Amino acid sequence: MASLGPSGYSPYPVAVYEGVLTPPPGKALLFNEIVDEEVAMREAAKAMLTRENPTIFPGPQVLYSWNEEAKEKAKLVRKIAETLGAKIIPMYDYRPKYPKIDPEKEINPNHPNLTIWHNNIKACIFVGVHCHYANVALKIIRAETDCFTIALCGNAGHEDAMITLRDQHTEELEKFIRVAEEVKKELGK
Amino acid sequence: MQETQQVQYNRAGQRVVSPDYLLFEAPREKQFMTGSEVVKEAVKRASVDASVSYPITPQSEAAHLIGELWVEGYVGVYFRGESEFGVMSEVAGCAMAGGRTITTTSGPGTLRAMENFPMWAGSRLPLQLVLMARGVNSPLTIQPDNLEISFLLDTGCMVWHAENAQELFEMILAGFVVAEQPDVHVPVITAIDGFFISHTREAVMLPPDDIALPPYDPYKAPMPPIDMEMAPGRFLRDPYVMKSNYISYASHTSWQFEVRSAIERSRPYAKHYLRGLIEEFGNPEAEVVLIASGTAGAQAKEAAIILSEDEGVPTRVIRLKTIRPFPGEEILQALRNAKYVFVPEFNVIGWLEREVRRVLYGKTDVPIVGSPRVAGGMTMPPEVIVKEVLKTLGKEAKHVI
Repeated sequence: MASLGPSGYSPYPVAVYEGVLTPPPGKALLFNEIVDEEVAMREAAKAMLTRENPTIFPGPQVLYSWNEEAKEKAKLVRKIAETLGAKIIPMYDYRPKYPKIDPEKEINPNHPNLTIWHNNIKACIFVGVHCHYANVALKIIRAETDCFTIALCGNAGHEDAMITLRDQHTEELEKFIRVAEEVKKELGK
Repeated sequence: MQETQQVQYNRAGQRVVSPDYLLFEAPREKQFMTGSEVVKEAVKRASVDASVSYPITPQSEAAHLIGELWVEGYVGVYFRGESEFGVMSEVAGCAMAGGRTITTTSGPGTLRAMENFPMWAGSRLPLQLVLMARGVNSPLTIQPDNLEISFLLDTGCMVWHAENAQELFEMILAGFVVAEQPDVHVPVITAIDGFFISHTREAVMLPPDDIALPPYDPYKAPMPPIDMEMAPGRFLRDPYVMKSNYISYASHTSWQFEVRSAIERSRPYAKHYLRGLIEEFGNPEAEVVLIASGTAGAQAKEAAIILSEDEGVPTRVIRLKTIRPFPGEEILQALRNAKYVFVPEFNVIGWLEREVRRVLYGKTDVPIVGSPRVAGGMTMPPEVIVKEVLKTLGKEAKHVI
């Protein structure tokens, strides 16, 4: 059951019901607080560097080469994983799999908790997942696990993640890598 | 050095401008037209890709006029569906294919199409329904009445309620802009009280018709185009998936919350493009408050003037522009020193009174009077509201017979 975040005590926490909305352009969301992008990036890096089994869940928007930006972002996601010492488990599509997915190989928006339970993941990053499926998955994760969720979103962000960075394109992902390297040094890792 | 500006044109050759320019800055010219004609004028400036129609009073003329826009090249695709159920399914297909889509319906047509509205929302389709509300009843009525709006409140669609033709024009344009935000991306129902707005002529201020909204960008949609392999399509076709304990409960629960969350995320956008989710009218210190939406809002304003100026009872109006999202916080703040709240409505059940009571429960002890209420095509002259207020206050009418 969820124990983190402002909606942590509801069986199905929904941040907007507590008045938490996606951050305005240029800002980020840290739990229910609107903060500067860099502050959120630092906290995100810290969570990934200090919690057990940090994992990146890349979605179709960075897994397939739709366009040049997708290709660039895919390379940067790999670099983020290297910097943070994180595993990569893809959400390669959104199809429900019957009876269930192989949690070592993939994460699925319809039951993302299975992957998180199986791998004992305590911090994760969503990147390149279409917003609707990210939101569906993030609510389930908050309800069913104690995983610290971070969303690097190309659009307006995800208030159900514990840290939300919005409008994340190649330049912003490069900045995140720089911030993560600094935090890593500060932590002596 | 001379600056070069890139000018974009849509399929009809209209210059694409920002929503803010079109709604707030472009010069306007006075026209005298019906609500149905205003629908045509809004759609003309909205870079619409598709519209499907089916005739039912009182929206038939608006649907017909959108067809004229197709002939003139302003709308990409236009055809008549087989029924309202067919229409609402077909517009879903148009929106799934990435087109900016609009349709119109009324009364029994809304009910026949009902199953589709939650499907639109669950499929995150940002299409627009202009609802020209009419009575829902047996014996069949074609009179003005907005009971049907209550049926749409929990479909997962945004529901906005325009007071007059001018506001309908603004709402149709703003509706697309808000509905298409990636973090919103649910349908918008722009409702008016049929006949009162659709069939009467009034002065409206319109921007030039050679400018239009930027086209819809489906690549920002929160869902890729769905097929029968991908949820929600797969859920529909596969009973094993539908019944799986690993999938159904968590996914369906989260999905439903997500659709409602999307409506809540529309608040800041709607607030900007509609200039607030509510309108306050009259003496801000008045202790008598009328809460209303649609044409009841217009009648409430007239009643507030009579009460304040002729009857010596300072009265103000809180008029709601959006019903979903419901502006609960805004109402609570606007109530301030209120001593009485009245909710005049054009329907028999008092759906707005119910909504107002729900958000104010436990937050204020101001008495809420769900009256006056008219239905089945009756009109509600402002004097009816005035009488109700005076009766409740135990005052004698000075001027109203």
